[in-house]
This record gives sequence, structure tokens and C-alpha cells, in this order.
Amino acid sequence: MKKVVMGNHALSYGAMLARAQVIAAYPITPQTEVVGFLSELCADKLLDAKFIKVESEHSAMAASIGASAVGARTFTATSAQGLALMHEMLHWAVGARTPVVLGNINRAMGPPWTIWTDQNDSLSQRDTGLIQYYCESNQEVLDTVIQAFKVSENERVLLPAMIVLDAFVLSHTSEVVDMPDQELVDKYLPRRKATYRVDPKDPHSFGNLTGPDRYYELRYKIERSMREAEGLIKEADEEFDKLFGRKYGLIETHQIEDAETILVASATVAGTARTVVDELRAKGEKIGLVRVRVFRPFPFQEIRKAIENAHRVMVIDRNISFGHSGIFYQEVKAAMYNQPRRPPIFGYIAGLGGRDVTPETIAEIIEDAGKRDRSEEDIIWIGLKP
Amino acid sequence: MKLTIPEQELMQSGHLACQGCGATLAMRYALKALGQNTVLSIPACCWSVIDGPFPYSSLKVPIFHTAFETAASAASGMEAGLEMMGDKDTQVVAWAGDGGTFDIGIQALSGAAERNDNIMYICYDNEAYMNTGIQRSSATPRLSWTTTTPENHPKETPKKDMVGIMAAHRIPYVATCSVAYPEDMVKKVKKAKDTQGCKFIHVFAPCPTGWRSAPETCVKLARLAVQTKVFPLYEIFNGVDYKINVKPAKPKPVTEYVKLQGRFRHLTEADIKQIQRTVDWEWERLLKMAEGCEETEEKKGKKKKK
Repeated sequence: MKKVVMGNHALSYGAMLARAQVIAAYPITPQTEVVGFLSELCADKLLDAKFIKVESEHSAMAASIGASAVGARTFTATSAQGLALMHEMLHWAVGARTPVVLGNINRAMGPPWTIWTDQNDSLSQRDTGLIQYYCESNQEVLDTVIQAFKVSENERVLLPAMIVLDAFVLSHTSEVVDMPDQELVDKYLPRRKATYRVDPKDPHSFGNLTGPDRYYELRYKIERSMREAEGLIKEADEEFDKLFGRKYGLIETHQIEDAETILVASATVAGTARTVVDELRAKGEKIGLVRVRVFRPFPFQEIRKAIENAHRVMVIDRNISFGHSGIFYQEVKAAMYNQPRRPPIFGYIAGLGGRDVTPETIAEIIEDAGKRDRSEEDIIWIGLKP
Repeated sequence: MKLTIPEQELMQSGHLACQGCGATLAMRYALKALGQNTVLSIPACCWSVIDGPFPYSSLKVPIFHTAFETAASAASGMEAGLEMMGDKDTQVVAWAGDGGTFDIGIQALSGAAERNDNIMYICYDNEAYMNTGIQRSSATPRLSWTTTTPENHPKETPKKDMVGIMAAHRIPYVATCSVAYPEDMVKKVKKAKDTQGCKFIHVFAPCPTGWRSAPETCVKLARLAVQTKVFPLYEIFNGVDYKINVKPAKPKPVTEYVKLQGRFRHLTEADIKQIQRTVDWEWERLLKMAEGCEETEEKKGKKKKK
């Protein structure tokens, strides 16, 4: 069945189809429709879940962790300041190995007050240990919620996941979405069966004081699970494809086979870049696109393979690590450093705080990089007003 | 004489508390009343150490250790999760110190209370941040010494009225308890367990280490706090119906209580008189609150568990 669905409701439908059992959330623009719609779905008994209307995002994640720790499938959603307030509990969710799925609408951080999109909120949580998916379409948002529960709840992973979508550009844009059949979703994603759970019939202490003799190995295990997740995300994606006829991969490549120039982008910017690539291809230019969908675990091998033969690679970042450079740029560059074949990589900042990234912006990036043999600057700003 | 305290022990030896710790007595009595079907949400506090390091635990009920300000919100999540998993019998208990309750955790606790989530919140109050080394909290009494309120500049403001704040949420059950009155405490925790909705229990738990008092005086100090009216034992049903459980026939002067504690050793006679006046005033106020409530509170407060 096809439906016209806004990005935020795609998250809600995803949680509904995944049969989330506990939802704990606090409102923040531009996430409000996610939780508003979920409240309606719960009230209308279309979703059998307990919705805890908490008094803050910090409590939203704490309650989600509690619910997940007893074995329930748990969903929450937030944005920007709310995600930053959750920060402590994101670490907690990872350390406690609670597979909560979190929808985050990418919104720029204040001050000054802003509600428009960029990626600094989610990328500031880079080192917490959450799996991070960056989505391009509403269909992908909905499908990724279902896939994310499957991967996160796998006991070789047991890590929370963040599903990221751009504020307004995607969250408030309506698109046609193919609604997966509930029976098929149930087959793909059965009820969660948690082996390790807080249970009075089998009492254990979770998260108690751990000295230097053991903590180190516990961190190693988180990293090992992150690496396991890389394969399991691909497996879950393949299995999803068999049942629903759609797959997304860790990265998505477009026209890269013989490409001399490759753009690397994420989220909706990648969608814009794809149209520019197609236009230039029609004119005979050897250009392609890599869209990074899964940012954590970082898909080293796939990215290396995709760009190693290019003559130049331009990474577009809708984010910035102040005093360094764009974050995707840093990571792509770092992934290539020890490799035998290393194309010149250029780092472009664009679209912070919701500034439109148009086909003209992308064309400007391609033109700028075309003039350079190698990147002499760590940051190249595009569309900066004087 | 028939014992009213269950014999079952859900707390074992081998815990890491200091000598004469009131918080361990509080846990032992609470678990006797709660029984096996209990899960605890414990934030940063003395009990996150007392329980023992990984892989040990001194309790026979599960503990979920959580961040400092999240005892209530993690408990709400566990309660919702258990209910969705078909478990409607387990009592989820948030177990936090005074810092985690009066200060950093008050927002999450207020949220859970306003939602009337079906959790029990037990605050064991030792009147300062004892686990981090005796820093003042908003539960520290006026004029007390702590490492952040030195003797020549002791705490200037009174202890926060946490029970009043919880009553203002109109939750079904609020009670104060003392480790010196185990029968009273067990009765109240059982009553809370039989009450649907959010319950708040405030347990007075002396800390010899932080109070600079002799370990063997723990129970004596807790009893004196009640006998001097410094820490009255009472219940509040639905936020409005008060019942005072212990009315000392001949209240002892507060000086008997403060003289046993190093944290008050800098007090002058005038200081102690002022404390006495405040204690008397608070007691009179409590009596007024309880006027006309005694007949009806049990009926109104007690509701069948779902």
C-alpha cells in the first residue's frame, strides 16, 4: 500500500510497524510530529505501546534505557538541543547495551536560536557508540527504523541506533512511501527476546562499579560489536530486500565505475548531488557520487573501494568541527591515508543552519575542485557571504 | 510477641558500607517489606558502591545502576517495559540518596510523580553528598558542617521540604521513615507496595562518617531525631491527608541530638536555641496540617493494586 507520508511520520510508522513496546519522548521542533503521531497511534490502539510523556530529553533516554533493560522494544525521537541534553544517557545506553532506536531530526545547534538543518547535533554524538544511519528519503527512514531494530537487538550487537534525517528538507517533506505489510514486518522482525535483562526471577546487578582490570575489555567488546554490526547491517539489508524489494547498503554508489571525479555526500544533499551528477554524465563528464548512509560503524572498506581510483574526491559537509574541518571529510581522508592509492580529497562546507544546498552549490564545488590539482586548504567554504 | 518484620533476608553480608551505615539498614528493612519481586533503579549514591563491585552484588534482587539524575526516569521506563512484557506484579523501586533526590534528580522525580507512574521512590537521606566526601546538599540541615560548608561558614539555609514538594504533586502516598523504627518502616513500604501509582518514601539514615558521630550511635541518632521532632514520622495520603505516626509524649531537647555529632560541634548555645525554635515551629505546623485528617486518610489513600 502506498501512502503520502512526511518524513517525521515515516519515523512514526516505522516504530509502529516494528511494534515498539515503549516510547519515551519530549517535544522539540522539528521532531514534534513524530511523537504527536505516535501518541495518536497509541491512543487509537493501532500501536500497543506505553508512551511515557517525560519532562525532558534526558529523562526520555533514561526511561528508554530502563524499558530496554527489562527487555522491551523501545523507541524515542529528538533533535538538536534535545539530543545534546541526552548526551550523558547516550553513553549510558551504549555501556548498558540497551538497543534503543532513536530518531534524530538534524537541526543546527544554538545559539543563535535556529530550527533549520545541519548535522552538528548528531555528529557531536559521534563517539558515544550509537550506530548512525543518515537517510535520504522518507521510504528509507521508515525502512531503516525496521532494519535498525533488527540489527541493534541482535545479541552480537546490542547497541542503540540513531536514524538521522534533515530538518524540514526531509522531516516536513511529503513523499510517496510504500508501507510494508505488517505480517511481513513481523516475519522480518519478530518480538524481541532478550537473553540479558533485568529480571527479578534471575537477579543480577547491571552496570556496577568496574575497575581498570575489567573496564578496558568491556570497551573492546563494544568496538567488536560495532564491527559485527557492519556485517549485520548488510545482512539485514539483504534480507529486507528479499521481502520488500528495497535495499540501501552501508554506502550507496552512483555512476562511480569509471568516474574520475567523485562527490561524497550524505542525507538529502546526496539527492541533490545525484541530479547534478546525472546532468554532467549526460554531457560526457566522468563523475560519480558516493552517499554515506551508515556513518557508525564507519564503512572503511566500501569507501576505500569506491573512491581509490578517482582522480579527485570532493566531500560535502553540512557540519563543521571548529578548529579542524568538515567531519565526513576528516573521516574519509583518514580512511585513505594508509592506502596505496590515495586520490586528492577536497573538503567543502555547505548549508550550515539550513542554508539551501542547491544544484548550483554542487556545481560550484565541482568547478572549484576542477581548478585544483590537490587540496591545499583543510576547509573550503561554499556560498559564504561577505 | 509476634514479629511484624519478615524474616526473609534479601541483603547479604559482604557489602561495602562504612561501619554504622544507616543506608544499609534502610535497604535491609525496605527489601524485607518489598520481597523478591522487586527491581531497583539506583543512581550514583553511596549504594552504587555499597552493593559491591562487578561481578558481585550484596542484594538478591536485580539492580539497574543508572546516571545520577535518572533514578525516577529509569524506574518509569523499567515499569513501562515490564508491563508491556506482561509483568504486572514486579514493584520497580528507585533507590536514591538525598543528593540524587533533593538536587540533581528532582526534575525526573517530579515528572514521574506528575505522571503518577506506578513506581516507588525511596530516598535514603544522610543529609549530604557522602559518597563524594561530605559535600552539602539541599537536604543538609541549617548550620551543619560539611566539607563545602566549613565551620566558620556553615550552611545558611534550611533543609529543603522534599516531603512537602512530593505532597504538592498529589501522589497517592508519601511517608517518612527512620532506620530506628523498623516496624513502622516495613509497614509503610508494604502500604506503598499495595498502592497503585507513584509513592515516595523518605528514610532518615544517619551517616557516622559524614556526621562525625560514633558508628554505634547510628540507630540512637535516628531515634533521637524522631524523639526531638527533628525528623517526624508521618504519612500523607493523596497529598492532603496527613497522619502523624509518632507523637513523642515528652519530646527531648534538640541539644541531645546535636551534641552527639561532630558536624554540629561548632554550634553555640544560641545556635542550638534557634534550631529548637525552628523544630518546634515546624512541629506545630505539622500538627495543624494533620488536624481533622486522622479519621479518613487510610480509606482515601489505600487503593487496590491493579
